[in-house]
Amino acid sequence: MTESLSYAKQKKLLIILFLLVPIVLLAMFALYPALYLVYLSFMSWDGFSPDKTWVGVGNYKEVFENKEVWAAFLHNLVYLGWGLFQNALGLFFALLLNSQLKGRNAYRVMLFMPYIMNGVAVAYMFNYVFNSEYGSFNTLLRSVGLDSLAISWFGSPHAVNHVLGFITLWKFMGLNMVIYLAALQSVPSEIIEAARMDGASRLQTSLRVVLPNITKVIELNLFLTIIGTLEIFDLPFILTGGGPLGASETFLTKTIDTAFKFNNFGMASAMSVTLIVAVIVVLSIQRFATRRWSD
Amino acid sequence: MTGAKFGPFSVFKHAILWVAVAMILFPPSVLVLNAFKSKTEFSQTSVFKLPSSFLNFDNFGTVMTRAHLDRAYLNTLTIIVVAVIGNVLLGTMVAYILGRFEFKLKKTVLGAYIAVSFVPTITTQVATFTVVHNLHLYNTIWASIVLHLGTSVLQLFIYLQFLHNIPRELDEAAMMEGASLFRIYRTIIFPLLTPATATIVIIKTIDIYNDMFIPYLYMPAQKLAVVSTSLMNFSSERSTEWELMSAAILMIMVPIVVIYLFFQRYVFAGIVNGAVK
Repeated sequence: MTESLSYAKQKKLLIILFLLVPIVLLAMFALYPALYLVYLSFMSWDGFSPDKTWVGVGNYKEVFENKEVWAAFLHNLVYLGWGLFQNALGLFFALLLNSQLKGRNAYRVMLFMPYIMNGVAVAYMFNYVFNSEYGSFNTLLRSVGLDSLAISWFGSPHAVNHVLGFITLWKFMGLNMVIYLAALQSVPSEIIEAARMDGASRLQTSLRVVLPNITKVIELNLFLTIIGTLEIFDLPFILTGGGPLGASETFLTKTIDTAFKFNNFGMASAMSVTLIVAVIVVLSIQRFATRRWSD
Repeated sequence: MTGAKFGPFSVFKHAILWVAVAMILFPPSVLVLNAFKSKTEFSQTSVFKLPSSFLNFDNFGTVMTRAHLDRAYLNTLTIIVVAVIGNVLLGTMVAYILGRFEFKLKKTVLGAYIAVSFVPTITTQVATFTVVHNLHLYNTIWASIVLHLGTSVLQLFIYLQFLHNIPRELDEAAMMEGASLFRIYRTIIFPLLTPATATIVIIKTIDIYNDMFIPYLYMPAQKLAVVSTSLMNFSSERSTEWELMSAAILMIMVPIVVIYLFFQRYVFAGIVNGAVK
């Protein structure tokens, strides 16, 4: 039907037709919510009533002065610690697999597998690993005589975030590893062989030749990890509901509760905007550092 | 790193890797051991004991009916099929336009996709919620379909990369023969993007299957439960019946693991492409 139109006209028509639905979707479910979020963050609103009242920066003030919000944010830092360890492990296993090892693809498939598993299923699965009475981990500890270590993992305010951090590591280490591995495989083998010919040991080659060639990807992985730890949500949400007594609340579980449990959409929006700004700050610092580095 | 294949160093490597694999397989294997036990058998034996029979599928049957997993699989599958087909169509369309034509707002459109990718979707749900509500999609299966329909930057980059490698001469030759631009999209571009589409279909399927947040927030009705939310509902009722929960968790976990094992090549292609973009 368009066969008879000139190509210039066809082009115009096709651009409009093909972009119409995607742009509407993008605008409705991504752009508009982001802007609306900023607007809501200056309002006092319960999410239902037709009237919203302007409160200026009041919500932001509340976010920064609220001790519970800061406490929740500190819990995110525990995940960050585990996240950094997860990165180191990911790099370590990538280096191990970046050689002519028998069955290396099978290892890669295995170590990456937790990443594609259903998050809800993983959460409940670990509920049965770390349950204090019947959990397989405590059963294991008791069977080797370490009864004193078999504590209530989700019930202890000190242990709970570390246990959740460990589960995150279990699930996401493979992602870091696969990204590192792809980067390592793109390092030209001539450079590595040249270093080996010059008498560098395996370790020396890895540290001095391979790693400097993948700094960009290390930064990318660190960025993914930092963003990931800022956005920790489903594990505490499903496993502990933030408990015991708020000991495992994170910034996002707090945000979601503020909106959908306490109907304080204004403050929840201010919290969300704060998180987005934090993500952008982290990204800018990373960009800045990269530029500094490569200069 | 071209060391000997069977040296002591490589034995050491295998040992470390086996420890890691054991750590990963430990939690699911405990589930496997206990999902086949009867209630009394579970309460009387250690969690590490083998079940008396691996042919005792009673728990799986019970879970299927009590957690309404049949309905959950069907709902999830419906969302996946509709959203993925729509997603692929829209994604290839956007990529074709952005990859082949020059126009005024091109940079703006691409920029909008990139900008949006820095805003974590989970943080904007507070605002998205009102949009979904006003469109009357709340508590319909369309909420999940529509929210998964949009193209992400990751997909766009994968498609643009592939499109870049399709020679423009093909388009030009078709134009010489008088083919319309739409025809070029339909008969040349879309078919040649198939490898990228395969990656996107697999990644998107895994994404939607594993999604908990959207169905939890927008589809609370029991009859709309998907795999993730039906497991949550089931757990809140019978979290103490471990042998049943073990079976339930496995039934949610296994399908996507099987898909992953079959299509791992595409999964890795998607992850690597996305990361190194």
